[in-house]
Amino acid sequence: MSGRIPDPLRAGLASGWKVFDGSRQVQDLDWKADVVIVGSGAGGGIAAEVLSGAGLDVLIVEEGGLYSSADFRLNEAKAYSELYQESASRQTADKGVSILQGRTVGGGTTVNWTSAFRTPPDTLRWWQESYGLATLTPEAMRPWFEKAEQRLGIAPWQGMPNPNNLVLERGCQALGLRHARISRNVRGCWNLGYCGMGCPTNAKQSMLVTSIPAALERGARLLTRVRVERLQGDQAGKRIISLRGSLLAADGLTPSGRKLTVRAGHVVLAAGAIGSPAVMLRSDLPDSADLTGKRTFLHPVAMSAALMPERIEPYNGAPQTVYSDHFMHTQSLDGPLGFKLEVPPIHPLLAGVTFPGFGSAQAELLGRLPHLHASLALLRDGFHPDSQGGEVGLRGDGSPLLDYPLNDVVWDGVRRGWLAMAELQFAAGAERVLPLHTSAEPASSWRQARAMIESLPLQPLMAKLVSAHVMGGMAMGDDPTRGVVDEWGRHWMWRNLTVVDGSVFPTSVGANPQLSIYAFAWRAATALRIRLAAG
Amino acid sequence: MPSRRRFLQAGALGGAALLLAGYAAVPSADPAPADGQRRWLQPRDAEIVAALAPTMLGRADLPLAQVIDGVDLAVAGLPPATRQEVRQLFDLLGNRWARRWLAGVRSPWRQAGQAELADFLQRWRDSHFLLQRSAYQALHQLIGAAWYGNPASWAAIGYRLPAGVMEMLP
Ligand SMILES: Cc1cc2nc3c(=O)[nH]c(=O)nc-3n(C[C@H](O)[C@H](O)[C@H](O)COP(=O)(O)OP(=O)(O)OC[C@H]3O[C@@H](n4cnc5c(N)ncnc54)[C@H](O)[C@@H]3O)c2cc1C
Repeated sequence: MSGRIPDPLRAGLASGWKVFDGSRQVQDLDWKADVVIVGSGAGGGIAAEVLSGAGLDVLIVEEGGLYSSADFRLNEAKAYSELYQESASRQTADKGVSILQGRTVGGGTTVNWTSAFRTPPDTLRWWQESYGLATLTPEAMRPWFEKAEQRLGIAPWQGMPNPNNLVLERGCQALGLRHARISRNVRGCWNLGYCGMGCPTNAKQSMLVTSIPAALERGARLLTRVRVERLQGDQAGKRIISLRGSLLAADGLTPSGRKLTVRAGHVVLAAGAIGSPAVMLRSDLPDSADLTGKRTFLHPVAMSAALMPERIEPYNGAPQTVYSDHFMHTQSLDGPLGFKLEVPPIHPLLAGVTFPGFGSAQAELLGRLPHLHASLALLRDGFHPDSQGGEVGLRGDGSPLLDYPLNDVVWDGVRRGWLAMAELQFAAGAERVLPLHTSAEPASSWRQARAMIESLPLQPLMAKLVSAHVMGGMAMGDDPTRGVVDEWGRHWMWRNLTVVDGSVFPTSVGANPQLSIYAFAWRAATALRIRLAAG
Repeated sequence: MPSRRRFLQAGALGGAALLLAGYAAVPSADPAPADGQRRWLQPRDAEIVAALAPTMLGRADLPLAQVIDGVDLAVAGLPPATRQEVRQLFDLLGNRWARRWLAGVRSPWRQAGQAELADFLQRWRDSHFLLQRSAYQALHQLIGAAWYGNPASWAAIGYRLPAGVMEMLP
């Protein structure tokens, strides 16, 4: 079939990679490994590559299925149900924030939008000062960012931003706000705009096409469609002795009745910042600071839509290529929440569930999809004294639920975000601007928008808030009274347990987190490799 | 489990409505529907979706069976705890007393007029009760996902997949 896009995962499977589909197992599995890695996303993928590279016997266990470019059809309905946590409809406990997370081999990296930022220096300094993480200087972290950037092709985007991103750029130029282009983890990108449905051309350098294949090539095993339920600790309260999971049926949701048991010398937890704390909570494995699942951050995102005179086609072209950090620096780090401005891609399904209004109001707005632009303001949570984030708990059936109360500091940030976005959108030539809130009406001038935004009731399920960045919940700290893990991700209590995903951050990152997770995971996995080699 | 608790409160609210209803005329029941089986939606739920979708989506000419199938598929992809909440929502709406006194819809769903349905949606959307707002949002999301995830909706909004790429997919 010449001219067709090749699928490196299918080729690898044909070459004999040790990949097992949990839903096809006809008996319980009882396995051993040097290291078992829970989750195959940003943190798990990097850890798998680093540890398998040291000749260790690595087993990766992943709740989602193995889907690769041959399965990616640029189709939202298919992608959300196959590749996302809770079919992309995960929500916080009061349903005030919708959460996008990946649930497939490659985790969030398989579906993310490829924006890559190093951890901002002021965030690192805050962690040094407030959490005793003295060695995490920007200089000390630089080599880890560089390694990840080289490995994943992270570089400034050379292409022309799509019209959706150009609206933000023009607005910033008109108002004199600092802005820049975004670096992306792509190689040979076709500039399609369908990153969120899985990259059909393998240009996105996700874990799915980089670290996971590298680990499999070195003999690592991957078991998909298995939900890790619990870890079993020893009597002394020091070591994890086994891991238990439920194999899932072909629907990827219901347990098939088959069980997995793994005995491994070391456990690496990388199930994401909701999944990892949930494993610990289900296992009743404490930490001495009683912080597991607490201080979970989201970068809550407020959005503003605009109808533009020109064609935008917000579904076409690299999704995020322009950003502004102007409002990150208009107040102190721990003052009113700073926010980062970016734009989201807009595809029909997600627009249909996200854009407010029903009946003719919504139909008319979506009817002009080719002229729609949207901006987003991503709030930096976790620094202000009243910004303590949320808490992961368990439902009766053991599934995780994040309670993230929306308090005044968050709402204040949301309102400032809407104001900033509306002003920028009008400055860029918008005809109408609509903050995503059920009581908002499209405004035709900045004055009108400002008056409306100032009067919008700030209530959950009126303001539409979303998040694709879950962080914290098993944070690093310099001693067991103020952190769950140390700066190397090693659990302060369970010494053969290392956490390498987004849950190790003591606050939100203050920038799209993937590169931070890659760098910290690389650093943690390298330290672990050295410890394991030393015996 | 705040979300579940809220739906239990809905049950309590429903109970209060039932008591109130004792003083008023008995609302007419939804006729038992006859047709086909779906994975998750029961025939009575399907009627509710069929009644609400045109008003929710602002279109009279919807392929209703496809929208209902879309909702069915969307719910089937939810984790059990969320599916349970959706079950409670449909059970609540399917209860004629709750329909009459909580949703404020007088006639059975199938016969309810567009203005009456729009009033109901708007009231719940703007309600002071988080429960009613979340019920509205659940309907908005399920019906919105079912329709806008369906290629049949795309021409009307000017959306089209990049043709050149589709041809190169294996
Ligand atoms: C739509 C979208 C767009 C995004 N865009 C960007 C972007 O442009 N730039 C950026 O920097 N970041 C972006 N992100 C965020 C980024 O992808 C995530 O922060 C990152 O992937 C998180 O890495 P992680 O290792 O913490 O967890 P994940 O990548 O979420 O991986 C966790 C894995 O663990 C699995 N798992 C969970 N529980 C269990 C269990 N019990 N047993 C077994 N397996 C389990 C999950 O299925 C998942 O595959 C985006 C995310 C999404 C969803």
